[in-house]
Amino acid sequence: MSAHATSPQFKDNAHRALQDTQLQKALGNVRHNFIERRAQAAARLPEFEALRDQARDLRDHVLAHLDLYLEIYERKVTEAGGHVHFARTAEEASRIVVDLAKARGAKIVTKGKSMVSEEIGLNAALERAGIEAVETDLGEYIIQLRGEAPSHIIAPAVHLNQEDIESDFRRVHTWLPKDRDLEAPESLLAEARATLRAKFLASDIGITGANFLVAETGTSIIVTNEGNGDLTQTLPKMHVVVASIEKIAPTLEDVAGIMRVLARSATGQDMSVYTTLSTGPRRPGDVDGPEEYHVVLVDNGRSNMLGTDFEDMLRCIRCGACMNHCPVYHAVGGHAYGWVYPGPMGAVLTPSLIGVDQGGHLPNASTFCGRCESVCPVRIPLPKLMRHWREREFERHLSPATVRSGLAVWAFFAKRPKLYALSARIGIGLMGLAGRSRGRFAWMPFAGGWTKYRDLPAPQGQTFQAMFKRQRGASR
Amino acid sequence: MSEARDEILAGIRRSLGVSATDTTRRQIVEARIAAAARGVLPQRGEGAVPTRAATFQAQAESVAASVARVAGDADIPAEIARFLRENNLPATLRMGEDTRLGALPWDATTIGISKGPSNGDDLNAVSHAEAGVAETGTLVLVSGPDNPTTLNFLPDNHIVVLRADAIAANYEDVWSELRTRFGKGLMPRTVNLITGPSRSADIEQKMLLGAHGPRRLHIVIVG
Ligand code: SF4
Repeated sequence: MSAHATSPQFKDNAHRALQDTQLQKALGNVRHNFIERRAQAAARLPEFEALRDQARDLRDHVLAHLDLYLEIYERKVTEAGGHVHFARTAEEASRIVVDLAKARGAKIVTKGKSMVSEEIGLNAALERAGIEAVETDLGEYIIQLRGEAPSHIIAPAVHLNQEDIESDFRRVHTWLPKDRDLEAPESLLAEARATLRAKFLASDIGITGANFLVAETGTSIIVTNEGNGDLTQTLPKMHVVVASIEKIAPTLEDVAGIMRVLARSATGQDMSVYTTLSTGPRRPGDVDGPEEYHVVLVDNGRSNMLGTDFEDMLRCIRCGACMNHCPVYHAVGGHAYGWVYPGPMGAVLTPSLIGVDQGGHLPNASTFCGRCESVCPVRIPLPKLMRHWREREFERHLSPATVRSGLAVWAFFAKRPKLYALSARIGIGLMGLAGRSRGRFAWMPFAGGWTKYRDLPAPQGQTFQAMFKRQRGASR
Repeated sequence: MSEARDEILAGIRRSLGVSATDTTRRQIVEARIAAAARGVLPQRGEGAVPTRAATFQAQAESVAASVARVAGDADIPAEIARFLRENNLPATLRMGEDTRLGALPWDATTIGISKGPSNGDDLNAVSHAEAGVAETGTLVLVSGPDNPTTLNFLPDNHIVVLRADAIAANYEDVWSELRTRFGKGLMPRTVNLITGPSRSADIEQKMLLGAHGPRRLHIVIVG
């Protein structure tokens, strides 16, 4: 089963998030750190914009030839002594991994950070089979202790403060002295490191995701900073890679090109600490490394996105820049989005993967400031895709009740000037949306259609129609 | 071939509106893989060996690796002994079967050498890099008995020997080297690109070194 979604309750989730002072404090870290670091990293590399164009074109090429690259990739993995498994759905993917684990009598599996494993609900499936799944990325470990989902695709515990983590460690690590000093973040890290070392060494199977799958060589690649992914995949007898089908890169040269925009967009690093290329299992003469190497390729709705308006979304390399720069994400955090993928990329991807009935509210969670698109390393037109979802909602003739609740989400944001002020204050001004401060609704697709049968809420004391008319007048 | 596989591939073709028998598409894909063409290359890593080594050093130091330059092989053990001493680390060192490392004059130091992969009990390890990348100060290490992968991750302190003339301008030059050594389309089991010591920013976005991998990364550039 796919991870459970609370996306239909987006408005309530967002409301709660805005009241949550701990969360609001933690979200300040997103606003302050990621944006500046990315800007500096981009400025340090004169070729950065050209590399973004190249990355976009490459991803488009891969998607247009995905069937063929998958065939070649599969052949190369097999030639290197690995095994490729195809999974149509989340259930099928989890079942393949659980069956592999059961067949080896695995009791404990360690995991590197993988969003697709969150998507397919893998931990829950393993636990139902009586297998302990241990997340080893520090952020993932912390949220696993709390029974939470990640709130960010590259910084899963970004919604937490140091005090939260300290109290979780005290609650769970009961074998350690009660009076130990956990004041400094360094001591929290040291405690997690020691605890997880024991898990790495006891693990039967290591499960990682993949940032890239190289067709040329049958190689899977992970990009991390902690080194947990490497311990995960190197120490146990079996390495299982769980990756979605669109992760293909044709050649190592193509990987090099995308690598140059990935870390810079994500964390503002020129290069992440560990980029690891894995090809098959242990070779003759090897003294370490896994004896078995498996790749589970997950479709789960992606092949249906090809050839549609939403194909562009499959270019995504999961860097997180769009959420780092999103005023809505800054205001409500990742959990409010209610499923695995938050922020602008989640708002577009979630309805594609779990259905418009579940995720259809999310495309309304936008101020349409355009910052996500302006920083996306593969130039996904995220605001346009969110608009497409809303058009589809309309064209599908969803019941007025459904449309109304979708609009309620939008209105929720429209009525909170703070969110708009936030986006304006950071002063991106990239979209050239005329008169952002006065009437920001001229861009709204089907606004006329909506207003035909319903009054829109009146943001900041004016009726929507008045603002809409005035804006149209002003911009012509 | 599994049913899931065939259904997924057929689904992709249906969505793309293409046919499995279209030879033009196949030719495009095969040509792209055969050519492995280079794209936009940053200027930053370019230059002759001394320039590349200097760029490498500056980049590696900017991500909290320490770098020492030595003139020749004979100087490596003394430099490593100095590093261990100055960081108050015990004079022990784990290494693989790499003969370039094994042949060094370790006897001139008090370092106790042991050989083989790590099981997690080793504080210090030394590896020999396959290459370096000037662009980002990145080390390239290749798995195998010579330099076991576990040495790159389990010890607290990882020391890596890198020849100055093995420092490439960019990753693409390294890929070419790998193809020459292992063959087109073939790879060693693991290639580790390592850029600085392990770190995490998962606690309030504060950067802390030594998350799961080495707390210290010391690079000895030879030549
Ligand atoms: S949509 Fe673009 S910015 Fe957002 S995670 Fe994907 S690649 Fe990064």
